[in-house]
Amino acid sequence: MTFQEKQQELIDDFALFDDWEGKYEYLIDLGKKLPIIAPELKTESRLVQGCQSRVWLNGDLKNGKVEFTADSDAIITKGIISLLVNVFNGESPSTVANADMDFINKIGLKEHLSPTRSNGLVSMIKQMKTFAVLNS
Amino acid sequence: MTAIEKHTINVTAIRSQFPILSRNINGKPLVYLDNGATTQKPQRVIDAITQYYANENANIHRGVHTLSQLGTDAYEATREKVRAFIGAKSTHEIIFTKGTTDSINLVAATFGRQNIQAGESILISAMEHHSNIVPWQMLCEEKGAKLNVIPINDKGEIIYSEYLKLLETKPKLLSVVYVSNALGTINPIKEMIADAHSFGVPVLVDGAQAIQHLAVDVQDLDADFFVFSGHKMYGPTGVGILFGKEVLLNAMPPYQGGGDMIKTVSFAKTEYNDLPFKFEAGTPNIEACICLGKAIDFLNEIGLEAIAEYEHSLLTYATEKLQNIEGIQFVGTATEKSSVISFNLEGIHPYDVGVILDKMGIAVRTGHHCTQPLMAFFQIPGTVRASFACYNKFEEVDKLVEGLTKVKKMFA
Repeated sequence: MTFQEKQQELIDDFALFDDWEGKYEYLIDLGKKLPIIAPELKTESRLVQGCQSRVWLNGDLKNGKVEFTADSDAIITKGIISLLVNVFNGESPSTVANADMDFINKIGLKEHLSPTRSNGLVSMIKQMKTFAVLNS
Repeated sequence: MTAIEKHTINVTAIRSQFPILSRNINGKPLVYLDNGATTQKPQRVIDAITQYYANENANIHRGVHTLSQLGTDAYEATREKVRAFIGAKSTHEIIFTKGTTDSINLVAATFGRQNIQAGESILISAMEHHSNIVPWQMLCEEKGAKLNVIPINDKGEIIYSEYLKLLETKPKLLSVVYVSNALGTINPIKEMIADAHSFGVPVLVDGAQAIQHLAVDVQDLDADFFVFSGHKMYGPTGVGILFGKEVLLNAMPPYQGGGDMIKTVSFAKTEYNDLPFKFEAGTPNIEACICLGKAIDFLNEIGLEAIAEYEHSLLTYATEKLQNIEGIQFVGTATEKSSVISFNLEGIHPYDVGVILDKMGIAVRTGHHCTQPLMAFFQIPGTVRASFACYNKFEEVDKLVEGLTKVKKMFA
């Protein structure tokens, strides 16, 4: 699947929910199910300081492709993280560096990328992009 | 719900004065329970802003023309309203600032710099807002002074015996919160001030969370400084008050230099203006100051005693209802509490609770409430905080309970 196709699939998946509850139940489910970072990687240096929820991010390169793992103490944040990680992982650093984040808007989760949410997601995306830029 | 019939205030009539309370959020009627962060504004405050710019705008304290006179009169009339509202002796003791934070910084930069020297100390409590910690830390750093902290117990109350012990160390100032923003604890401020004074320690009271809930009389309290914000008492943002005893304010050096705070300026020497203007450099937030007067009218019409009584019944009702939710942990269970309930749901991050409640139109505050040392004391990342105002209904408490029940179901 291409980078664009992955995004489109997400948009299509979320379009199936006709109310906020379904959407958030899905996110909570994603957040709960995915142990997306190894405990030994949850270090201070990988901590992205959000005001309210804490986010850990680890970036790696595998065969020239980006491989992020991440976690958060808030489940909804974690659910959104897993969406981002799934879309970015396996892509080239330059794809990630140049990616626009419009798909988050299209799946109706734009408010979570507002700085006032203080959930660490904005800083996390910035760090993902920085990692990609440094490795492209 | 017999409690509803008991209280004396007409909530429906009060709500009708707040246009924002009839709007929807995410398709649901707004349930606004974030009053500790800021209260909503009654129509008369909103109208006064427009009225000021449409009909009265001019700079104050300078022009001889009619508009400037009108603006000056309205501005000074508000100062008198504030004076009467908090029972100060003179309008000279009422300084307009940008807000509580600005008021505390003013005292730290003037009284603090003048009176606190290396090796001396300032006393605060463990439940202070960052704005009553950081200005003193900055001052201590500059002066080589020490910041001492009165400890609290697990209920979120000051440990009084420890407080008395700390007074014996003769701090140069006690700066303490009247009502805790994060816990709702009402400190025994009058007794604390009396004890501080018996050790010769002056007291600054952070009244940001008290002024809209409790009748305040600064002379009865014998507070040396009392600070609060307009926007938490149904008024506009960008205006706050510093009350200070005249003798203290007179002895303090000015804060910022500029217009309005001077009598005469020459390149050789500037003579400062008298109180209160000495501390009001530059063109102030005129419309906010004037509109604050309208907010005080609103509060006076209902009466702080009636507000306190009604909000207490809301608090009692909410506490009873919420404690039936399995896994709820209250943070701050002081015997004397204002209408604030801070809590966590077991195993659910406050952020997650806040996001789902928002989807249901319920606005609460989540996070550390700018009291990180306090959260560290309770060993939690933050809380969910519901804070009530005089326009909140008992039904809104029910909606909060429904909301939290749904949150629990979704995260189960």
